[in-house]
Amino acid sequence: MSKDVYVLAEQRDGEIQKVSFELIGKAKELAKDLNQKVVAILLGSNIKEKAHDLIEYGADEVIYTEDEMLKEYVTEPYTKATYEIIKANDPEIVLFGASSIGRDLAPRVSARLHTGLTADCTGLEIDLDTKLLMMTRPAFGGNIMATIICENHRPQMATVRPGVMDVLEKEESRSGKINEFPIEFNEKDMNIKIRKVLKRTKKTVDITEANILVSGGRGLGDKKGFNKLMKLSEALGGEIASSRANVDEGWIEKDYQVGQTGKTVRPDLYIATGISGAIQHLAGMEESEFIISINKDSGAPIFEVSDLGIVGDLHDIVPKLTEEIEKVKNES
Amino acid sequence: MNIVVCVKQVPDTTEVKLDPKTNTLIRKGVPSIINPDDKSGIESALRLKEKVGGEVTLLSMGPPQAEVALREGLAMGADKAILLSDRAFGGADTWATSSTLAAALKKLDYDVIIAGRQAIDGDTAQVGPQIAEHLEIPQVSYAEEINVEEGKVVVKRQFEDRYHIVEVNTPCLITSLSELAEPRYMSVKGTFDAYREKDVKVWGLDEIEDTVDKMNLGLKGSPTRVKKSFTKQAKGAGELLDDVTAEEAVEAIVTKLREKHII
Repeated sequence: MSKDVYVLAEQRDGEIQKVSFELIGKAKELAKDLNQKVVAILLGSNIKEKAHDLIEYGADEVIYTEDEMLKEYVTEPYTKATYEIIKANDPEIVLFGASSIGRDLAPRVSARLHTGLTADCTGLEIDLDTKLLMMTRPAFGGNIMATIICENHRPQMATVRPGVMDVLEKEESRSGKINEFPIEFNEKDMNIKIRKVLKRTKKTVDITEANILVSGGRGLGDKKGFNKLMKLSEALGGEIASSRANVDEGWIEKDYQVGQTGKTVRPDLYIATGISGAIQHLAGMEESEFIISINKDSGAPIFEVSDLGIVGDLHDIVPKLTEEIEKVKNES
Repeated sequence: MNIVVCVKQVPDTTEVKLDPKTNTLIRKGVPSIINPDDKSGIESALRLKEKVGGEVTLLSMGPPQAEVALREGLAMGADKAILLSDRAFGGADTWATSSTLAAALKKLDYDVIIAGRQAIDGDTAQVGPQIAEHLEIPQVSYAEEINVEEGKVVVKRQFEDRYHIVEVNTPCLITSLSELAEPRYMSVKGTFDAYREKDVKVWGLDEIEDTVDKMNLGLKGSPTRVKKSFTKQAKGAGELLDDVTAEEAVEAIVTKLREKHII
């Protein structure tokens, strides 16, 4: 019988990615309701020593496979390894991060296993009567939420949106089994050839990690509008972010985009300036702890999710606010 | 080089609004479009054809009215179009959809299959990789550039923090990002040809019966199902300050930031 909640731990350059710890945090809750264990799958080359990190963040067990072919992510070797580990262990649930790796790997694995897969989930819970996994995700550009189930196929699989689930406190005293799962790879498993790996050299800020975000929309008027936001975010020790419109205009890179087709953020403070608040944008930021918005239009939907809304001109208010915050900081 | 592009007709979700009274989707008057990632896939296929020759075939699954999207693709310059439309295909999740499309692809002559990374109504990004698995061919997803060099396909594959420049043999499947290629406009002649000279073939269950197990189609063949759907409960609005000076606004914000121990 299928049992246990598995998560696919994602590593890049031998570093375990944050989303993996988020998956473990959620898996822990699900496993508790099922009275089962959390098992992390770790794939890579010389990756064994990282296995304990997964235990420290809450995994009960780690299964790892090491091979040179697993160093960089390539679809087929990763699919083969994940498939074989799942086949051998028959888990009840398998979770993947909804990253550009997880969203390539999970569908391939689900097709090979002949089981269902729910994409980009923002909510996961166990129905206590049926013991089924209830997988909730936004659809229709974030306009509606759908709860999906997979009744008759196992494992139940989902990719989970990064930045949504909580990471457990790291505890170095946690212990758990770490087992190797050896797999024979052959040349034909590497069915594509990586000619080159290009790191995206520009210092890319991960806005999902920021505690404070100062975000701008169409109301900025032009590319230079971001300079004002940059000064405010520096004064607050935060980062800047953007709505989709400015990314489409080419005023700022996509890495800064918040929303349904951008990133989901949950900072302690989100300042929305000149953002009207299309539903696609709200989907990416409404879980922020505290939201302040500045907009000229008193009917802007952004105000409906804001803790403090100011009807006014950002070009006037933002520089004055920056000045005042710097003053306060210098006093203390 | 023969290329099949998988295309989905979708409602333009940026035009979808919620009815504030009933909290349901207003579908009326929402235009249907070619899914943006798919449209850039068509454009990319046409450019490859211009470079190395061959034929571009469009493949879609949907209700009869999805023909309009295929005609639009033909007007851009695609050579052929096939619409998979049958009651037996209805209610399919990504697994069953990919099984159906793969069954049709088994009947076609292709070197490269291009599928948009994800559709804006479902946002799953699953159908492309699942088709590739059903056909047992390699996939390269999140393509930002596609080139052909000496019979090999070379793709710039996007990740959050890096790119892979990869080389893959045909046949293969590539999923295209909307950044891949800015779609061309339909020409007058193209539009004329799309309706007068070119044909959209409609295939039902009979046409693919020998390449798929019927148990893998439609609602019956779907491992997942929607248990419920709902609109999100909007977070309650807080305080709204209208008609304040910039100085008063600044004071109000600073007071809140102090309360929250942010400054």
